Amino acid sequence: MSDQIDFEPIETARQQWQETVLADALSKHAQRDEEGLRTASGIPLQPLYDPSDDDPCTYLERQGFPGCFPFTRGVQPTMYRGRYWTMRQYAGFGTAEQTNARFRYLLEQGQTGLSVAFDLPTQVGLDSDHALAQGEVGKVGVAIDTLRDMETLLAGIPLDKVSTSMTINAPAAVLLAMYIVVAESQDVDWSVLRGTIQNDILKEYVARGTYIFPPDPSMRLIRNTFAFCSHRLPKWNSISVSGYHIREAGATAVQEVAFTLADAIAYVETALGAGLNVDEFAGGLSFFFSAGSDLLEEVAKFRAARRMWAHIMKQRFGAQSARSMTMRFHSQTSGAALTAQQPDNNVARVTLHALAAVLGGTQSLHTNSRDEALALPSEDSVQIALRTQQILAHESGVANTVDPLAGSYVVEALTDEIESRALRYLEQIESMGGMVRAIESGYVQREIADAAYTYQRQLEEGKRVVVGLNRYVSTQEPRRDIMRHDPGLYDAQLARLSEVRFERDELAVLHALRSLRSAAQQEDQNLMYPIIDCVRRYATLGEICGELRSVFGEHTQQGVV
Amino acid sequence: MAKRVRILIAKPGLDGHDRGAKFIARGLRDAGYEVIYTGIRQTPESIVATAIQEDVGFIGLSLLSGAHNELFPRIVELLRRENAEDIVVFGGGIIPDEDIPQLKSAGLRAIFTPGATLKQIIEFIESCQHDRNLS
Amino acid sequence: MARAITLIESGGSEGEALIDLLYPHFGPARIIGVTGPPGAGKSTLVDGLLTELRRRGERVGVLAVDPSSPFSGGALLGDRLRMARHAADSGVFIRSMATRGHWGGLTLVTTEAAGVLQAAGFTTVIIETVGVGQSEVEIMSAADVVLVVLVPGAGDDIQALKAGIMEIGDIYVVNKSDLPGAAELAAVLRFALRGEGNPALDESEHPDSGHADSGDPNTLPGPVHAPQIRLASALNGSGLAELMVTLEQTEARLQASGELDRRRRRRSATELERIAQAAVRGWLVDRGIVPVDPDQLLREFERDNRGPHRFIRERLEEAIRNGNRLSGGASK
Repeated sequence: MSDQIDFEPIETARQQWQETVLADALSKHAQRDEEGLRTASGIPLQPLYDPSDDDPCTYLERQGFPGCFPFTRGVQPTMYRGRYWTMRQYAGFGTAEQTNARFRYLLEQGQTGLSVAFDLPTQVGLDSDHALAQGEVGKVGVAIDTLRDMETLLAGIPLDKVSTSMTINAPAAVLLAMYIVVAESQDVDWSVLRGTIQNDILKEYVARGTYIFPPDPSMRLIRNTFAFCSHRLPKWNSISVSGYHIREAGATAVQEVAFTLADAIAYVETALGAGLNVDEFAGGLSFFFSAGSDLLEEVAKFRAARRMWAHIMKQRFGAQSARSMTMRFHSQTSGAALTAQQPDNNVARVTLHALAAVLGGTQSLHTNSRDEALALPSEDSVQIALRTQQILAHESGVANTVDPLAGSYVVEALTDEIESRALRYLEQIESMGGMVRAIESGYVQREIADAAYTYQRQLEEGKRVVVGLNRYVSTQEPRRDIMRHDPGLYDAQLARLSEVRFERDELAVLHALRSLRSAAQQEDQNLMYPIIDCVRRYATLGEICGELRSVFGEHTQQGVV
Repeated sequence: MAKRVRILIAKPGLDGHDRGAKFIARGLRDAGYEVIYTGIRQTPESIVATAIQEDVGFIGLSLLSGAHNELFPRIVELLRRENAEDIVVFGGGIIPDEDIPQLKSAGLRAIFTPGATLKQIIEFIESCQHDRNLS
Repeated sequence: MARAITLIESGGSEGEALIDLLYPHFGPARIIGVTGPPGAGKSTLVDGLLTELRRRGERVGVLAVDPSSPFSGGALLGDRLRMARHAADSGVFIRSMATRGHWGGLTLVTTEAAGVLQAAGFTTVIIETVGVGQSEVEIMSAADVVLVVLVPGAGDDIQALKAGIMEIGDIYVVNKSDLPGAAELAAVLRFALRGEGNPALDESEHPDSGHADSGDPNTLPGPVHAPQIRLASALNGSGLAELMVTLEQTEARLQASGELDRRRRRRSATELERIAQAAVRGWLVDRGIVPVDPDQLLREFERDNRGPHRFIRERLEEAIRNGNRLSGGASK
């Protein structure tokens, strides 16, 4: 290969093609309207891309080889030729027994990792008998009040063999403490535990809404879990920096990448500020993205995000180890892209989303069920969703070579474009004093809300088409076989909670809670240890978070409409 | 000057997914209404207190967690207790079709499920306004 | 009460009758104005003040004014979002108001709405507006004491000077004081306020009020009172208690100097003037002398095209010739 590729003949030929063949075609048939010829994020697409859009001289710098800096092509050298991605279906509803049964079912069906969804009271640190919990107990996930619930949830599941992902943020330290205490009772050593806590509070302020404490003490809890995990749970991912919810809240693919990386930068900075060494904890950082319907843009997004993260870790934070520079991520197919109308169409959508995630090099994947836009998914639907992943893995062939879309002119061009647009956002956030400040000022929320509003208006005006929703609408009856909640669940959960309260050693609980409070008042204490102590005594989640609330205060929404 | 239509858009319950609520709030503003937005995690009591203080004609509730059967009727009941049942309450979110009759008999005037458009909501508001002006 | 404010906002005769009925009860409540550019954290600051005032046993009404969209006429009123924790407190009444396109001025509407709150037993009323336009700045004349909220790093210093905010504040709050640039902004403010001829004071520098050399503040040659500058962070609550103290001291000073009374009388005079203007216009509209839509008046003027004063005068003279009398009541 020569040093300089001569693109001139190609450019001349393209010019000629544009002026003759293309112009001629356009004079006979106009192209579709402009909105439809942009990516989902609004990036305008050229009629076609050619070799001049992907200069091979910059190949090593921009793409390189899988498992090597800048990791554009993947985080491992063999990718799915070695092992498929982890098929991890998010599940959880009702009581701990019901979720435990669903977990065992999924493991029998060939799922390789667990993913726990918690109900909203648990996510905001309230017990099931709190007034605000009314109507919410066991609705969007499993209700966990005390260690007793966690014991039931994990009964009969070999914690040394499975990896467990917990979608928990503000009270992540408490749920992690419960998990490792259960592992102890199974005689499983903490050091072999594999899994992830989401633990990503910043995106709660901008997109998901299940925060408890103000930003500063929340960042401290995150620092504490980082330090704890890097010393005691080396195989555990102490955070999953999540673009998923940002995207689902209406952000574009570019914003998803930019805001997720900005969050991650804030976490790295807080850990460094606490005196941790970058290579000591950076390996425990993982990411979580959405996989949407715009296949080409989505693949480019994943590749751009990986490359940007490698640069950030190496250049900005001086990471030495390759693991610190690799962006390992979980992905979930987009929930917002599913329609309640003609729900079976969602099977096709989820396939498309899953394909994007696999072509983008995901480490694990959750495929949504077709009836997600209606209610909790039924068992049938969950199975189809899992089978979709298995078909992609075993039948499609896309997993048999690494990063198969690399070198596609358009995918490389979009990868570059997303990177440069996301970088502009990062610079803007930097100029505002970093992500915490940008969130406090409402900037990030406003950007997302604007994008969501624009998209929704385009849908309502028919400028963007969603099949079955605003075109090809049919009056077909919606599905009826959706899952219902057990109405007796709330009472059962309350009964269990009061039973635990009755049986436990009240004095020990009080003592443990008091120690937690005094530790919270001292900035240099790692709160994981007093929290573990509280959990062991069967203090409730609400009691533990209540102590922290009394010291840290509560966050109020800095909402921007 | 005619009395303006004031609408409260509120999110009861604990779920933080406010994309839909924000879209509706903005969309109604752009359609010429005065919209009061309360943000997430509102109790039925605070929603009712707000509606009364703001003297709104409508309350739009958004809820995605599945707690609608408990929380929506509770809000209507509290309004009744405050003699404010002239406020029209409508709801939206992930609500199974078979829950709708029950919610309507509890006093919800309309339920908008995923896929409902801003236009439909505006038509609903206008038809209620029309009925009001007749009575 | 909520309905009463609606009537006042709608500006009809029912609202007017109500005001007359309640007027004897318009009370001695203090009215605090809070203004500043968008994003300065006004609502969060008001939320913090609410907590402080409730702690002192006050019953507090808040009138949160936001602009109506000039395109649709609609408005998105989200200020109470940041005061959500006071939503269920019966000692707090929060009312969001859109600027609409009020005839007679929004100042009149806010003044009267504040009066209703006073009549209902609220001991403090806070009026919050976005200080971007002249009309919003004007609303602050409805207040006894005015807080101007600014944040560092937003180019606010310059914007504030432009919007005329620098003339109306009694207390300047540098909010988000943990941000870089807070001290600089305070310094710029101090300089700017001095530049206006005011001996602006920061009490940390000047522990006394600066008027210690005279017994009677009314006879002082300089300005009667000097704007104060305070640092605070409404989000984490720091500086709020101190701000309340400054607020109370400022009120005491305004009262002692007679300035408070002067402001209130000036307000009443303006209010009457506005009522008069609105009444005369209403009378003219009722009789078809001027159309209700100002654009229609313009169109008629353009057809006529003989100078605006003459145009109006001739219309009035013609109406009087036709035997219209002020006591005649509404014609329709």
